[in-house]
Amino acid sequence: MAEYQNIFTQVQVQGTPEWGLETENSGRERIGKPGFSTLIGWMGNAQLGPVWLGWTGMVSLATGILALNIIGFNMLAQVGWSIPEFIRQLFWLALEPPSPEYGLSIPPLQDGGWYIIASFFLLVSVMSWWARTYILAMEHKMGKHVFWAFGSAIWLFLVLGLFRPILMGSWSEAVPYGIFPHLDWTTAFSIRYGNLYYNPFHALSIVFLYGSVLLFAMHGATILAVTRYGGDRELEQIVDRGTATERAALFWRWTMGFNATMEGIHRWAWWFAVLTPITGGIGILLTGTVVDNWFIWAQEHHFAPMYDGSYGYEAYGTTYQEFIGQESN
Amino acid sequence: MLPKWFNTWNRDNPTNIYGPAILVGAAGLAVTVAAFVVVVGQPYATDSLQTGPRGTGMSVPEFESDLSEADPTIAGYLTRAQISDDAIASISDEALQNVPPGLGDISDEQYAELVVAMRAWTGIPDLMEDPDNYQTQIAYTMVGMTQSVNENWIGHVQSNAEVGVTCYTCHRGQPVPSEIWFRLGPVNEAAEGWAAVQNRVTTQSQYTSLPSDALEEYLLNYGQIGVHDLESHVAEYPSEGIQTWQDAERTYSLMNYVSNSLGVNCVFCHNSRAFYDPAQVTPQWATEMLGISMVQEINNDWLVPLEGLYPPERLGPVFADAPKAACKTCHKGYQQPLQGLNVIGEWPELALVESD
Repeated sequence: MAEYQNIFTQVQVQGTPEWGLETENSGRERIGKPGFSTLIGWMGNAQLGPVWLGWTGMVSLATGILALNIIGFNMLAQVGWSIPEFIRQLFWLALEPPSPEYGLSIPPLQDGGWYIIASFFLLVSVMSWWARTYILAMEHKMGKHVFWAFGSAIWLFLVLGLFRPILMGSWSEAVPYGIFPHLDWTTAFSIRYGNLYYNPFHALSIVFLYGSVLLFAMHGATILAVTRYGGDRELEQIVDRGTATERAALFWRWTMGFNATMEGIHRWAWWFAVLTPITGGIGILLTGTVVDNWFIWAQEHHFAPMYDGSYGYEAYGTTYQEFIGQESN
Repeated sequence: MLPKWFNTWNRDNPTNIYGPAILVGAAGLAVTVAAFVVVVGQPYATDSLQTGPRGTGMSVPEFESDLSEADPTIAGYLTRAQISDDAIASISDEALQNVPPGLGDISDEQYAELVVAMRAWTGIPDLMEDPDNYQTQIAYTMVGMTQSVNENWIGHVQSNAEVGVTCYTCHRGQPVPSEIWFRLGPVNEAAEGWAAVQNRVTTQSQYTSLPSDALEEYLLNYGQIGVHDLESHVAEYPSEGIQTWQDAERTYSLMNYVSNSLGVNCVFCHNSRAFYDPAQVTPQWATEMLGISMVQEINNDWLVPLEGLYPPERLGPVFADAPKAACKTCHKGYQQPLQGLNVIGEWPELALVESD
């Protein structure tokens, strides 16, 4: 029984490496000698490699490494090339976008110029990785679902760093590259435009994000629970429904009256995941371009309730002296 | 030692006792801890100060253990009643001649008492003794500043009750008050503009990655703190005079400094769903607005002009500028400085710009 309640994969296959399909380009594009690792076998397939690199992988890796290095060396320069300070302040440091006064022009290197260059390389890196997901799916004669799903994430990425800054007329609107600083941007962005929680697309994005989490947990749990009946062979079960599917379906139908199917649950999951950045990106794109104060917008559309009651502790029968226990003072 | 049947039975019935033991032990411990907390009371009890309507989450939470502990510097405050005749007699004639402008109308006795008090409050034993001493010269201005704060900023320093300020409010027995600040300028090397003034651990950023120039921008340079548009749709784009998210980040830095200075959170003043909305703020928000104007005046009219009087070691590390004040210089982490102790009641000399 315990093997069904394990956080690690219970079945590992190790032996002659599996090389995958022989396609027109596979011999030339695949690199690395396949090996096996028991450790990674606990989390997934025990076989590591070979990797299909291809020209898209080459371009993506090269430009991605360039972008990361530009960001890292800028941080290092900011602390006077001190490695200990770089490590100590790493979470505080950032490569910031240009100051607002430069608009869409190319700023000096020290004031956002490096940011533009790093962003350009990052853009090339991400887009070639996107192309890679298409080419590899083609190579395997698969559907392009992963490509489109990644595309939805790229939509949000492009809104944040390209589309919205252009619509706002300033590269300074883009997000800093740094651990804490990108969170500062997020807070400041929300506050500047009157509280992003009143942005309905932000709300939708949260629904799909948390919904994805819930669906993933429900689906993972259901399949693990019926694996003993062959439920892990999900694709077969789609067209040849067995007792695993029947039990899983019955469980949810008895629980909440409705159940997804072996096919449908994957469509649910895909759409929830993909709609998270799509709706989020729409929300960001509208902010500062179309709507400048979401709280007032929400008041105008009658979904910002007013609360009964006064403001200030005095209205609630308290004084500061009472609060600190010095009433007799 | 154990009977044979027992060992035999155990051998024939192997059982994993360790797995269940951990489970039962953990569950038993949880039940014990829960029972302990219910019976004895939880050791980190909290209290909270409600500051807004139910449903808005507006409250300032504090540990009861922190609340029950009074500000330790209150005990060090010298009151007028504590001043002995000996102490008054020990004030030299030179010191008595050194009457700062603004205190010219008070009697010699009153002034002697004040000198005793000022020496105790600032921890400078020879204050007012030598007119050429820089501390004495600065004290002339500081007396005027204290009177000005008490008279002109009564809306801030007496917003709840008669409290006021004296030298001790900032100094707390130290010649150099704690929590003063200096201009920092760019904190990052190899960067300019927006990239240069933030993302470093400094006391002025309160150890966050927010801008380190907020105090300078708002409490010295009169920068615009509000960042919001007051209509849902406004045709404006980032340019000179338009508030951007960068300005919001700098404002956030200031607000974070203010809340740390007062030991409160955002919702002490604001309803956090609409920070800008004057219809959803507490009375403390208005007190704070006065406080910001007061600090701007303290810095620009009183402290910055003293720059030439200080010896070099008292000036700022970057720009050799005069030390400046802000919220924490008086509040020291408390909602009200000295937890609302009335310091001005017995010192009317320090409350009037022109005494009659």
